[in-house]
Amino acid sequence: MLIKRANDLRDHDVTDYALYQKRREFLKLLGGATLLSTSSPSRAGLFSNDNNDEITPFSDASSYNNFYEFGSSKSDPKRFAQSLKIKPWSVTVDGACAKAGTYNLEDLLGPQTIEERIYRLRCVEGWSMVIPWNGFPLANLLKRFEPSSKAKFVRFETLSDPAQMPQLKDELLPWPYVEGLRMDEAMHPLTLIATGMYGKHLPKQNGAPLRLVVPWKYGFKSIKSIVRISFVEQAPRTIWQKVAADEYGFYANVNPAVSHKRWSQKKERRLGEFFKRDTQAFNGYAEQVASLYKGMDLRVNF
Amino acid sequence: MLISDESFSRFIKPLVFAVSLLPVLALIMGLIHDNLGANPVESLIRNTGDWALRFLLITLAISPLRRRLAWVQALKLRRMFGLFSFFYASLHVLLYTVLDQALDWEEVVQDILERPFILMGFLAFLFMLPLAITSTRAMMRRLGAKWKKLHQLIYLIIILALLHFWWMKDAKADISEPLWYAALATLLLGERVFNVWQSRATRV
Repeated sequence: MLIKRANDLRDHDVTDYALYQKRREFLKLLGGATLLSTSSPSRAGLFSNDNNDEITPFSDASSYNNFYEFGSSKSDPKRFAQSLKIKPWSVTVDGACAKAGTYNLEDLLGPQTIEERIYRLRCVEGWSMVIPWNGFPLANLLKRFEPSSKAKFVRFETLSDPAQMPQLKDELLPWPYVEGLRMDEAMHPLTLIATGMYGKHLPKQNGAPLRLVVPWKYGFKSIKSIVRISFVEQAPRTIWQKVAADEYGFYANVNPAVSHKRWSQKKERRLGEFFKRDTQAFNGYAEQVASLYKGMDLRVNF
Repeated sequence: MLISDESFSRFIKPLVFAVSLLPVLALIMGLIHDNLGANPVESLIRNTGDWALRFLLITLAISPLRRRLAWVQALKLRRMFGLFSFFYASLHVLLYTVLDQALDWEEVVQDILERPFILMGFLAFLFMLPLAITSTRAMMRRLGAKWKKLHQLIYLIIILALLHFWWMKDAKADISEPLWYAALATLLLGERVFNVWQSRATRV
């Protein structure tokens, strides 16, 4: 399992640049140790189909992005997201919970312990990366709002500000970007809220200042730059369901057995590799999450 | 004409040939210098496909240019442009079968049968083969009147190629690019329809 805990990293590091620098040094050590312990002497992964999960270079992870609010090409988000204002930032919490309200980012992050998690990220388009995230379990955040028994699903919404996001004017998609999780998925220990990656603040194109990371689902479920979290009774209709419900399902679990309408999902191209590698069920996290879907037909609930 | 036929063949043609090779040179340089982005394979496959389509449109533009602008010498470049389209299409197919499918033919066949956009691309390439094979002067002579009929396959090929490009774009994607190409193709095919209609009208 690809979880690494770095519990000496605390939440208040988030605003402190000096500590961030220190953390970066620490990560270099950590990264060095990982490389020494797990990888073969050369970059053998480039041409072989083994299960090496080498960390994707930061430059790739921060320049090859889907963030449609800033354009539909992979290079657009890095170019155009820099205008995004992430300070101040607040998140509105509403719906079936005791502590609804609008919270400052600092208040939300205050009590959280930031840890590092190295996760595979599989895009529905057939490519993948391995990213070291810095964040905390979503469950730790949600519990604070004391969701009631009526809360069956969690709905997330991305900022939608045409002044900052050039594509909102073009109505390329039915904005705002909306995603959702079933309550048990949201509370699963693998489900993360990321505030950083590679030991740095989250780049804007990667969804600063806070985003979701659900490693066993296609990347589009991992919503970026969250401004609203709602506890709801019914499964929220996601943005991609509105666009094409037959191509993008609500669950969107990584599943090599269920093809996308336009391409097979059996294989994926790990960035940095020439040939494709096999896609794993639940992106390799089946052991941890398959039980969530017991008895469900995953061909119907794709 | 400003340039004699002889110097057109001696200087302009080789120049156009060299320029037509620039896209593939740019891709090779991009690969060497690692500036094809984070997903260079996707970039290679998309770029070669784009250029196959662009050269196909250039090929289709020759006859209208000759008719509307009385640019007769353009005809001397038509075969070369057609073959460049085939060249880029071949690279496109080669990269797809080797890098995307790792020469797993069963997968390739399944891909063709299951996905309409792949089927369109496959058929477009299939119909390009006889045109490339019969592009020589000797073949032209041998086939005579049949040659012209055979080479009208290009009208089918452009439609298949456009559908391939269009249907490849999933619901998430921006389809303005295929629409621009389709508009250009409509213009080029429309000119031919207009031409036929016009020549009929004058005959009557």
